[in-house]
Amino acid sequence: MIPQSRRRSVALLAIVVGVLSALAVAMAPTAHADGAIIKGSISDPEDAPIAGVVFTVSNADGFNETTESDAEGAWVVEVPERGTYTIDIDTGTLPEGVTLTDPEKTSLTVTLLSGKKTVVFPTGEGSTGGESTVDRLLQLTVDGLVFGLVIALAGIGLSMIFGTTGLTNFSHGELVTFGAISTLIMNNFFELPFVLAAAAAMLLSALFGAFQDKILWLPLRKKGISLIAMLVVSIGLGIFLRYVYLFFLGGSTQQFREYSGQAGIAIGPVDITPKIIVATVIAIAAITAVLLWLGYSRIGKASRAISDNPALASASGINVERVINVVWAVGAGMAGLSGVLYAMNIGVTWLMGFQILLLVFASVILGGLGTAAGALVGALIVGVLIQVSTLIIPTELKNVGALFIMIVILLFRPQGLLGRSERVG
Amino acid sequence: MDFNLIISQAITQGIGVQAVIFALAAIGLNVHFGYTGLLNFGQAGFLAVGAYGLGVTVTTLGLSFWLGLVVGLGAAVVFALLLGIPTLRLRADYLAIVTIAAAEIIRLTARSVTLRDVFGGSDGINRFANEFYALNPFDSGLALGPINFSRNDLFVVVVGWILVAVACLIVFLSMRAPWGRVLKGIREDEDAVRSLGKNVYSYKLQALVLGGVLGCLGGFVFAVSSQSVQPDNYGTDLTFFAWAALILGGAARVFGPVLGSIIFWFLLVLFDVALSEAVRSGLITFIDGTQVGQIRFWILGLSLMLLMIFRPQGILGDKRELAFDVK
Repeated sequence: MIPQSRRRSVALLAIVVGVLSALAVAMAPTAHADGAIIKGSISDPEDAPIAGVVFTVSNADGFNETTESDAEGAWVVEVPERGTYTIDIDTGTLPEGVTLTDPEKTSLTVTLLSGKKTVVFPTGEGSTGGESTVDRLLQLTVDGLVFGLVIALAGIGLSMIFGTTGLTNFSHGELVTFGAISTLIMNNFFELPFVLAAAAAMLLSALFGAFQDKILWLPLRKKGISLIAMLVVSIGLGIFLRYVYLFFLGGSTQQFREYSGQAGIAIGPVDITPKIIVATVIAIAAITAVLLWLGYSRIGKASRAISDNPALASASGINVERVINVVWAVGAGMAGLSGVLYAMNIGVTWLMGFQILLLVFASVILGGLGTAAGALVGALIVGVLIQVSTLIIPTELKNVGALFIMIVILLFRPQGLLGRSERVG
Repeated sequence: MDFNLIISQAITQGIGVQAVIFALAAIGLNVHFGYTGLLNFGQAGFLAVGAYGLGVTVTTLGLSFWLGLVVGLGAAVVFALLLGIPTLRLRADYLAIVTIAAAEIIRLTARSVTLRDVFGGSDGINRFANEFYALNPFDSGLALGPINFSRNDLFVVVVGWILVAVACLIVFLSMRAPWGRVLKGIREDEDAVRSLGKNVYSYKLQALVLGGVLGCLGGFVFAVSSQSVQPDNYGTDLTFFAWAALILGGAARVFGPVLGSIIFWFLLVLFDVALSEAVRSGLITFIDGTQVGQIRFWILGLSLMLLMIFRPQGILGDKRELAFDVK
């Protein structure tokens, strides 16, 4: 038994080391800045340029620059590298009587693929925009459901691992990033077709999860380290992995070689890209498969028995550690897939997993910590809520709303929507 | 390789402003985690509300610096109450998630474009501590062997260490008092304390407020030392650094967090400067200057993990006094 499991550990180690070194090779030449610009011009409805309008260009890595339009209404911001940027217009600096065509749309997100990108904020009662609130609500709901599925994929894994081992895993976000980075290497460096690359990345993530459990969490469980200490260990592991990613990947946002700049198609009032439709179908299939697996397969049933009572499960002949290892693999694989889907939308960054980690926690708590179905329901609610809330609150504060709701939920229903009512305090 | 520079930098920063900031943050955490067993991962939020309370009062409202300190302290108390009331009845891991979320809420709100007029967006607030520096009694900086402080830094560092001493005294006295024994009782066995007729919830809330206020002093030092408050300085990493310092020094010990932050900061800077010197002098060619700064976080992550696994009681601590069972 022991030699076999050791051999398996060594094999896993070899794979992970292989991936990391491939990553190092793949990332080194692309990590440099390439002086790109974002520009635009602003004019009133009569096409007269407006000077002195303030624009802010920022991205998730902390880049932030403010500029004003000049006498020709033109403005330009140099950005350090290609990637996804948010452009905010300060409507307070528009002259009196001039409003944006869509007063809600004071913030635009663009993905810079070539060296420059032109951004236009239309003004006046134009025909260019002017979606009705109902249309926008529909669009945001669809966006929210898509984002919700991304969170759900990560959340189900988090919840399963919590259920079987009691670990509140603060390094779960790094499994999400791992999936995205692995796909990036497979797709951009080894030039595998995207679908193959994504599948390989999911497999690698699963192996990474199983490997992590074998070399770190299993020994800690055997040592009898308390859950709180393990929580702190997971925080340490998360920090370490994040900065290893940053070290090799660089701070910039990178896009997959294929499908990165796909045009959207309109279905009724809703604008959606074909890649997202495919991704959504895959996500739903994966979630359904895991829920069925948990409900009907031997190991799935065993994992639920362990969540209920590990000692009893062990006494009734279940190999607890083996089941936990499988749960880690499945949970990490799901997280990896979540990373792939998320990166299709926003590109690959070293911080992407950590950025959604708190939202994943929020949805898992909302649904009920430890239940897989709860994680799904919670994630969909959180996803829709985040997107739809932008109708009322500024886009940049949408995550604040979601985190705030998590705190409110804890106040009134700490066991979550689908959780069993038991003492959590 | 300039070894004098390396040693001098490490010693100066090991007793410098950063060490003071992390010592104060970690002393606050010690009250939360070391003595009461509360898993607060949002300490950066307490530093942020203190710093912003000060900065907003002086810059945005145009009021006095000293009133700003009062506002900052008040903000920390309010933040502790807002955070504690919904969460302190919950299990430890829930508290961890909520506190980390609350600190992020503070940071994201402060850096938002919408509230730029109040909090200054991602640029933050600058130049609000002139009234403080006007009181500087030192005529010149200090250059004593490897230690090197400018005139203003010297003032901040001296005031900072006085604050650390006061904070330690407060912790020492309150933990010796019956009040502190109740906190330790809560850490060991909440139900036992409850059955003795103590209001556990209220005690936890008081501990959260005390630790938060001590942490907020760290926020003041941070804000005053650079005359600026920038939202992204108060991210989760700040909290994790404070945790590492606390665990390294030893939780549930009065001097644990102080010793921990001095040693941790000394080692980090020593490593940082040595590595960047090695890169600059061409000894190490496979990494560049920006990557050196990232390796510091590898050390942070690894030291949190390894300390927790192999020496959770840190340097000064006692295994029997930890908030969790250690085998």
